[in-house]
Amino acid sequence: MGPARGFTPDQVARYARHLILPEVGGAGQRKLLSSSVLLLGAGGLGSPAAMYLTAAGVGKVGIVDFDTVDASNLQRQLLHGVNDVGRAKVDSAARTLRNLNPDVEVVPIHEHLNSDTAMKMFEPYDIIVDGTDNFPTRYLANDAAHFLGKPLVHGSIFRFEGRLALFDSSHGTGCYRCLFPEPPPPGSVQSCAEAGVFGVLPGIVGSMMAFETIKYLLNIGKPMIGRYLLFEGEDMSFRELKLRRNKACPLCGENPTVHELIDYEAWCGVPAVEPSEAAAS
Amino acid sequence: MPRFRIPGPLRRLSNGEITVEVGGADLGSAIVALDERYPGFRDRLLDDKGDLRQFVNVYLNDEDVRLGSGLSEKVKEGDEISIVPAVAGG
Repeated sequence: MGPARGFTPDQVARYARHLILPEVGGAGQRKLLSSSVLLLGAGGLGSPAAMYLTAAGVGKVGIVDFDTVDASNLQRQLLHGVNDVGRAKVDSAARTLRNLNPDVEVVPIHEHLNSDTAMKMFEPYDIIVDGTDNFPTRYLANDAAHFLGKPLVHGSIFRFEGRLALFDSSHGTGCYRCLFPEPPPPGSVQSCAEAGVFGVLPGIVGSMMAFETIKYLLNIGKPMIGRYLLFEGEDMSFRELKLRRNKACPLCGENPTVHELIDYEAWCGVPAVEPSEAAAS
Repeated sequence: MPRFRIPGPLRRLSNGEITVEVGGADLGSAIVALDERYPGFRDRLLDDKGDLRQFVNVYLNDEDVRLGSGLSEKVKEGDEISIVPAVAGG
């Protein structure tokens, strides 16, 4: 049977470059079309990640964000255009993504991601992609993915620097809490709104998040398991550090003390939004 | 001498230097030497008790020192000490 078996003529044309790749082929493309990914955030990282995952033919792409498009987003958040300013980001995102690939079921989720909603939101999806912009939501996403046994692709950015990891407790990797046992004190770390972000940076890191997600779904190559990638754009360097499970980790260590989702805003001492948004609201 | 790799968020302390070579036989003394050259690093990396802060990671080459010998980790010529603070931007 050929790699094109079971595809419509439109799909054969659309996915031709995947079908011809031995690492993807017909079986891989069918797997992608039956896979689901939940993106946390329709911002800088979420934009390229969502666009590549959708173009690649991931069957179901959920995207959660409660924010609206601001003019200051347009420098890097390619899901949104000038006419979207003031609209819900997930609505703008859904329109862009559906236009990229009608095969994909795009699920816009215009809700707050918090301890009450996270488990229910994550549950239907195969893998979670974290492109959020604040510490409370980073820890929430980490803990919820761990409790559900779902892999979490982590990306973060600041000025000219990016980070990439894949946390997967079912593979015994470390988690975000292994890397950073406690959040920084309120006010000690600047946000992108305060310190700036080079516009192309989320394009690089968000694309790598989509890359690793698809690799993971199709079991291609060597995943970012147990590795923490640092990208430094100013000298265009990539460095890889080891991401090990911390035996003392309160979530995935030998004697865990975190057994359910907590109030992450109270624990971090900051609201689950970027500081500029908190000030504005 | 070991070499510190300074992350973007802390480069204002090192006058923009990306790498800084310092003396010291272990990580703790290397941090003291770094702070003597560029004041402010000790406070960013260590708490009041002199322990590594929980929201900043320090890697010796590619290993997290928190999972090894911490500040007593021996350092030598050619080692790279990376300061990796938590960042959350997206």
